[in-house]
Amino acid sequence: MNCPECDATINIQDDASVGEIVSCPDCGADFEIAKKDGSNIELKQAETVGEDWGE
Amino acid sequence: MAKVCIVFDRLRTEEKMLQKTASELGCDAVMLDAKITQINTDSRREDYDIGDIVLERCVSYFRGLHFTACLEFLDMPVLNMFEVANICGNKMLMTMRLKKNNIPTPKTYFSFSSDGAVKNLEKVGFPLVIKPVIGSWGRGVMPIRDRDTMEAAFEIRDITDSPHDRIYYLQELVKRPPRDIRVITIGDEAVAAMYRKSSGGFKTNIALGADPEICEITKDIEDMATKASKAMGGGILGVDMMEDQDRGLVVHEVNNTVEFKGLARVAKRDIPKEMIKFALDYIRK
Repeated sequence: MNCPECDATINIQDDASVGEIVSCPDCGADFEIAKKDGSNIELKQAETVGEDWGE
Repeated sequence: MAKVCIVFDRLRTEEKMLQKTASELGCDAVMLDAKITQINTDSRREDYDIGDIVLERCVSYFRGLHFTACLEFLDMPVLNMFEVANICGNKMLMTMRLKKNNIPTPKTYFSFSSDGAVKNLEKVGFPLVIKPVIGSWGRGVMPIRDRDTMEAAFEIRDITDSPHDRIYYLQELVKRPPRDIRVITIGDEAVAAMYRKSSGGFKTNIALGADPEICEITKDIEDMATKASKAMGGGILGVDMMEDQDRGLVVHEVNNTVEFKGLARVAKRDIPKEMIKFALDYIRK
């Protein structure tokens, strides 16, 4: 899977689930796994930390 | 077979641990992303694959709170209940609830504008700790030890002026060792505890790099955690307490969507297992 930002390779584990966050090792951008159907994976921009995030 | 629904908005280790544990305990686990779920006033519980009980695990407090309201509108049992989440998510409401229930808590001063907060501080004197009423991970928490810091902190709030910036929550600086205690309560029972040691600064949040260390649950810790959990309305909670050098344990916070991945690695009891078992018992009652 290539990073939508910088085109570097993002390794996504086979057991990764929809909703999980993956980070690009080169540019550091965070993406959320939006769809996963076998090896077909769709990423979307992950939400950034909000004022109300936490416990 | 019972079905547990785990509502999330960012799938973290904790939610995956809960999903795995539910399967190991022989029940179905369904994951529901709150961000892509739609509910309307005609919606009914059977329109959704949400099983018998929901564990609300959103990282965004307001999203989780409002999603819980929607689920309860569908007559779905949710842990934690809306009322519990509402109180725990707002430090001012939580502090008042603790005090009303005679649970030792740091003395806290409320005011509703920067001018009001200045008057409060002038009356009480430095130092006090300012905390946002909404928020977590130590964001916006700082000790105000002098007039310059006060003016800077209040000026920033006046500039940003989000609705909650107008609520000033100022708390005594508790004389304590450089650590606090996090107790996870499940159904009012203390199941695991850890010390959170400051990593050099004032704050002890694990999210900021504080060093976790297993803490033995003494009778005092157990009693205090149980009382705090009951005061909030029960469920699955993270009770934070400090060891005040004069008063002993004081509860300063009760968290609604408790993070537990660090503690789960070292705790004697299986935290996700206790959570799922509690959820299953909850629907049997």
